[in-house]
Amino acid sequence: MSTLIDGLSLGSIYALIALGYTMVYGIAKMLNFAHGDIIMVGTYAVLTTMALCGFPVVAIVAAVIVCTILGVVVEKVAYKPLRGASPLAVLITAIGVSYLLQSIAQLIYGAKPQPVNLINFGHVTFGSTTLNISTLVTLCVAAVIMAGLTIFIKKTKTGRAMIAVSEDRGAAELMGIPVNNVITLTFGIGSALAAAASVFYLLQIPATSPTVGSLPGIKAFTAAVIGGIGSIPGAMIGGILLGVIEKVCMSIPALNPYTTAIEFSLLIVILLVKPTGLLGKKRREKV
Amino acid sequence: MALLTVEDLQVRYGLIQAIRGVSFEVNEGEVVALIGANGAGKTTIMHSICNLIPKAGGKVTFEGKDITNTPAHNLISMGMAQVPEGRRIFQELTVAENLRLGAYTRKDKGEIAASLEEMYERFPILKERSKQIAGTLSGGEQQMLATTRALMSRPKLLLMDEPSMGLSPLFVNIIFDMIKKVNEEGTTVLLVEQNAKKALSIADRGYVLEIGKMVKTGTGKELLEDDSIRKAYLGG
Ligand SMILES: Nc1ncnc2c1ncn2[C@@H]1O[C@H](COP(=O)(O)OP(=O)(O)O)[C@@H](O)[C@H]1O
Ligand SMILES: [Mg+2]
Repeated sequence: MSTLIDGLSLGSIYALIALGYTMVYGIAKMLNFAHGDIIMVGTYAVLTTMALCGFPVVAIVAAVIVCTILGVVVEKVAYKPLRGASPLAVLITAIGVSYLLQSIAQLIYGAKPQPVNLINFGHVTFGSTTLNISTLVTLCVAAVIMAGLTIFIKKTKTGRAMIAVSEDRGAAELMGIPVNNVITLTFGIGSALAAAASVFYLLQIPATSPTVGSLPGIKAFTAAVIGGIGSIPGAMIGGILLGVIEKVCMSIPALNPYTTAIEFSLLIVILLVKPTGLLGKKRREKV
Repeated sequence: MALLTVEDLQVRYGLIQAIRGVSFEVNEGEVVALIGANGAGKTTIMHSICNLIPKAGGKVTFEGKDITNTPAHNLISMGMAQVPEGRRIFQELTVAENLRLGAYTRKDKGEIAASLEEMYERFPILKERSKQIAGTLSGGEQQMLATTRALMSRPKLLLMDEPSMGLSPLFVNIIFDMIKKVNEEGTTVLLVEQNAKKALSIADRGYVLEIGKMVKTGTGKELLEDDSIRKAYLGG
């Protein structure tokens, strides 16, 4: 039981990150490989704010603000000039941005991992199971965020404009939708979700380093592909699935050493059976 | 008065010059047909007028204002709406959501619901299917949706790119009747068609495009009776 809840909680962190990959892919048609490093920046924003003032709430708000601004700036400076360029050029730029962010973090904070003490929630015991409160908080808050995002996309005019842009950029332009602004907004939202993920990450593992975003970034990207890249519910399902599988494998001694291998095998199997991912659709190419 | 003027328009795809200096105009109140064979460059003209693809040269004005470099998303609020080739409705959204996106830039929020009802009156089938995902509509229904979606912006000029493509004769008639009606209600129409007979029969004037160049112009009637056009486009 506690394994399942741990898995759901970890999975909701993956899902939040995966949403950033999948929304940016759906709307800007690019893989933002620097997305994992936004998480890293979020953890350092928490570290610095905690050192300066010591209020966790301020640190969380600071992480969200810093990440959102960073995501928007990266889009405007690095990706926007490449609109219409070959996907390979965009991909290489994204990898470049990723290294740039890691190097800057290393310059400022050094390469060594550092402890980050955000909040220590302690744990609760139900009968024979003991659960970290931080795990439950992560699960609940992430669920609220994802529900909010779903409602935003489905029910608001801006959300529908995002769907329109992801389906057919040219037709969206013809409706008067300012496509560039929608893309910028998407980067902002994706980065804010990454900031939330960085906070939840620190609640599980209270330490950071310049490469802290890499592994969760790759796992979440895997989750996005499993769910069907471009699909928002797909990212949520893929993230949760991957988190649960990871925690279940880790709890079984015989499987524990192979956890990561099993996760990536799952990716391969799903892509073999359904190349577009669980909820992915084939897309027609348009002007 | 000329509502839309296109002067010496040139468009390139890489090294290929697809449009080689095309000029034409659409006057207020007219239906103007632009006809030409598959690959002549009709869609290229429509896309470049709206800046969905860049121009290599030329000038476009709308109501006297230079819109040569106006971004596509600013044109609809100026009064120019396009029903693109292949309809390009938003397949994942409902019929009603598609229609509302047509009114995306409208400021008079209160009247959008009234416009929606107006569109449903034009095509009651759209009302029946208003909550249905647009991707599930038939081709003819999708064309009705694409056209009414554009009308939701209350355009002065409606650009239509091959509305009859892939439709059964019944739906072709429905769509052409609608174009006539919309025009009678005061909207100017630039109609691109391969179905030259149908297009010229409702057009005040027409232009004939051949591999990137205008080769002929005249009233709809003149072009319908022109021998070379009968041979090339009207099946003898
Ligand atoms: N994206 C493109 N890249 C290169 N060539 C294109 C592209 N789109 C159209 N063309 C070429 O430009 C010419 C005109 O095409 P188009 O405007 O679609 O014609 P029409 O709409 O009259 O059928 C054709 O020769 C076509 O092959
Ligand atoms: Mg065409």
